[in-house]
Amino acid sequence: MKNNLKLVLIILLFSLNSLNSNSAEKSEDLLNPGWSFKSFFGKFDRVSLQRGYQVYTEVCSACHSIKYLSYRNLYEPGGPEFSKEQAKIIASQFELTDGPNNDGEMFTRQARLSDSFVGPYANEKEATAANGGAYPPDMSVLVKARQGGASYIYSVLLGYEDPPEGMNLDDGVYYNKFMSGNNIMMAKPLFEGVVQYSDGTSATEEQMAKDVVTFLAWAAEPHLEIRHKIGFRTIIYLIIITVLVYFGMKKLWSRIEAEV
Amino acid sequence: MSDHEYTPKSKFGKWFNDRLPLLTLSDHIVEYPTPKNLNYWWTFGGILTFCLIAQIVTGIVLAMHYVANADLAFSSVEHIMRDVNYGWLIRYFHANGSSMFFLAVYIHIFRALYYGSYKSPREVIWIIGMIIYFLMMMTAFMGYVLPWGQMSFWAATVITNLFSAVPFVGESITNWLWGGFAVDNPTLNRFYALHYLLPFLIFGLVILHIWALHVPGNNNPIGIELKKPSKYTVPFHPYIVIKDLFALLIFLIVFAFFVFYSPNLLGHPDNYIEANPMVTPSHIVPEWYLLPFYAILRSVPDKLFGVIAMFASIFVLVILPWLDTSKVKSAIFRPLYKQFYWFLLADVIILGYVGAMPAEGLYLLVARVATAYYFAHFLIVLPVLGYKEKTLDVPLSLTDPVFGGSANEELTKDQRSNL
Amino acid sequence: MSDQKKTKRRDFIFSASYALGAVGVGVAVWPLIDQMNPDASVKALSSTEVDVSEISPGQSITVLWRGKPVFIKRRTEGEISKARDVDLKELKDPEKDEDRAKNPEWLVMLGVCTHLGCVPLGDKGEYGGWFCPCHGSHYDTSGRIRKGPAPTNMEVPKYEFVNSNTIKIG
Repeated sequence: MKNNLKLVLIILLFSLNSLNSNSAEKSEDLLNPGWSFKSFFGKFDRVSLQRGYQVYTEVCSACHSIKYLSYRNLYEPGGPEFSKEQAKIIASQFELTDGPNNDGEMFTRQARLSDSFVGPYANEKEATAANGGAYPPDMSVLVKARQGGASYIYSVLLGYEDPPEGMNLDDGVYYNKFMSGNNIMMAKPLFEGVVQYSDGTSATEEQMAKDVVTFLAWAAEPHLEIRHKIGFRTIIYLIIITVLVYFGMKKLWSRIEAEV
Repeated sequence: MSDHEYTPKSKFGKWFNDRLPLLTLSDHIVEYPTPKNLNYWWTFGGILTFCLIAQIVTGIVLAMHYVANADLAFSSVEHIMRDVNYGWLIRYFHANGSSMFFLAVYIHIFRALYYGSYKSPREVIWIIGMIIYFLMMMTAFMGYVLPWGQMSFWAATVITNLFSAVPFVGESITNWLWGGFAVDNPTLNRFYALHYLLPFLIFGLVILHIWALHVPGNNNPIGIELKKPSKYTVPFHPYIVIKDLFALLIFLIVFAFFVFYSPNLLGHPDNYIEANPMVTPSHIVPEWYLLPFYAILRSVPDKLFGVIAMFASIFVLVILPWLDTSKVKSAIFRPLYKQFYWFLLADVIILGYVGAMPAEGLYLLVARVATAYYFAHFLIVLPVLGYKEKTLDVPLSLTDPVFGGSANEELTKDQRSNL
Repeated sequence: MSDQKKTKRRDFIFSASYALGAVGVGVAVWPLIDQMNPDASVKALSSTEVDVSEISPGQSITVLWRGKPVFIKRRTEGEISKARDVDLKELKDPEKDEDRAKNPEWLVMLGVCTHLGCVPLGDKGEYGGWFCPCHGSHYDTSGRIRKGPAPTNMEVPKYEFVNSNTIKIG
């Protein structure tokens, strides 16, 4: 029985291993700079989040919306934690359409904390048409929507290379080592110094990629830190009460074991 | 069954119990004689009851915020994850709870297979269990559609399209299911209604399942019928209650690891992409607990026969009490059956694995072999084993050493009447 | 070990388990209850800023705040003095106009009748203020109940002028 159980468990573990390797690129091949938010006690690096927000705004937001974020998320705990005032100012730099007013007309106004992030296009069709037929995906949950998650997106950002010998690419298509299918319709977005970090950090490609992916990881999982915190306490609690119940059970059953 | 008369202690209790015997029922559950020798594989019934109630409670709470409309469903789930107080926790609990529910039900079923719990006189318990399992799969399938991600939409499309395989009326049935000419808003709405309904049907069936169990009482690891109560049984409360509680706590620790540290491990990233009828994902896969059936479905090249094979794989389980002809219940005393049991377990895991892979090349070949074995196991091996297998001698009681025991209970009936 | 000691140990394990268990159940149940409380997006809309620069004296606008109508009225001199001249003894719910409108030119209050919740009509009624058509409550130029079944004056929410043109409610 034990040997068979072992065999079954080996088969099971082998199948579980395949849970992560559905994509063309094996996860061990992806670039991984180390993410502060992975692991049991993982947290987001606040300053990195703020820099990442800057990269998103100055580089990515020209084409990519992030519609499930609201400006108030920028000051809420667990995120970049700008001050409420800073977040208000950030919001007020964007304009959106509201209405109808009492005259029945739509009007534009400054964004407020309660508004969602303003996107670059009015709708998905406009976004697709403006980008050669390829829709720049909304980034709210992009990190969760790709096999390999943060490391995959990081790798794609840094994975632009010359196409291999003999490969001909159409106009507007680029070769990327890590993109599934190796073809991507986004031109390389990050070049050293394209962003001037306000905290003086050197804006290398790797730095910007790491910061913006950290920001996107937070955008996809804004409650990650509290989830980890509550999780830790829950599991400790469960272990303690399991041990107590175990000894209680032994006590209880010891009464009757003796009789038979 | 207990044959002592229960009298409530308080006057109000007496008055109420005379009119609705809830206190008698409660006393029956407390005193319910349970075999002393049950091992931990028997704790999964209690664990499953917890899972059902937990899913219903978290589901109702989610229903307070979810919107079942094709344009709003995905964003309503994001709204739950981001804005609703503890919404992320309730959603991850419900999604991972579904996986834990199936993990528990598979252990529960495989326990029954190993110890012969489906055999006489427990056939109806088994059949009700199979109906519960089938309803669970329908519920889970419809639930997965609700977030309206790419996998939600395309899994719904693939599975509902299967009905078009029915001769003559297939297309009408499929359009009737869809409420249109493709999976769309009407489909989502009705799946929501049914997803909310089915768990309550399951709950009713679980009550019947437990009621049917309480007639003969639990099976036990050595598979002999015990007189209840006796020195070999303990009252359900507190002995089994505390054991079930302990097992549930261990189960919850595993559950907690998923919910808090890997909440998306068992899901598919494509379901975080909003449903798009114009773009099909490169690999359409159901959730892991449906993979073996998906593998069986795809291993048959013909659409209609693939569907028939898939339903047959469940039907073959339903009629198991009549396929397995052995009079000996527990695999402990059935060395050949035990070997085939492990083959079956390996087989369903392999089926699950290839179900997640593209249906081509080596994967398809393995799927076909594994499917063939699956049916052979139930339709050929088990009936034959019942006659051909030389079983070990079954003990007469839980503690007596084996002598004078026999696989055929009829022969030892007189000796057993004292137990 | 004596039986007495054994019993004490056994009881401790059970009582400790029950106590810890009760705490666990409480902590587990709380999210299920708290999820019904206003969520973050609703709380974000709990205050509203209104541009009042276009309102002329005697004019009133109605804005939606927390799902309810709010009357913002720019009162004329006549309306203000009428409100101030009222003897508090005459009022069912005595309240000074100065307390209701810190800046006397502006009256901001929830446009909800305190009787059963209908929206009163402006510039109607016997007291120059509002009249509720549902059951006949009359409010004066300070929004105080003067006649009819309503028990209290129309509620004045928390508000402030963030600048001379903008009122922030809530």
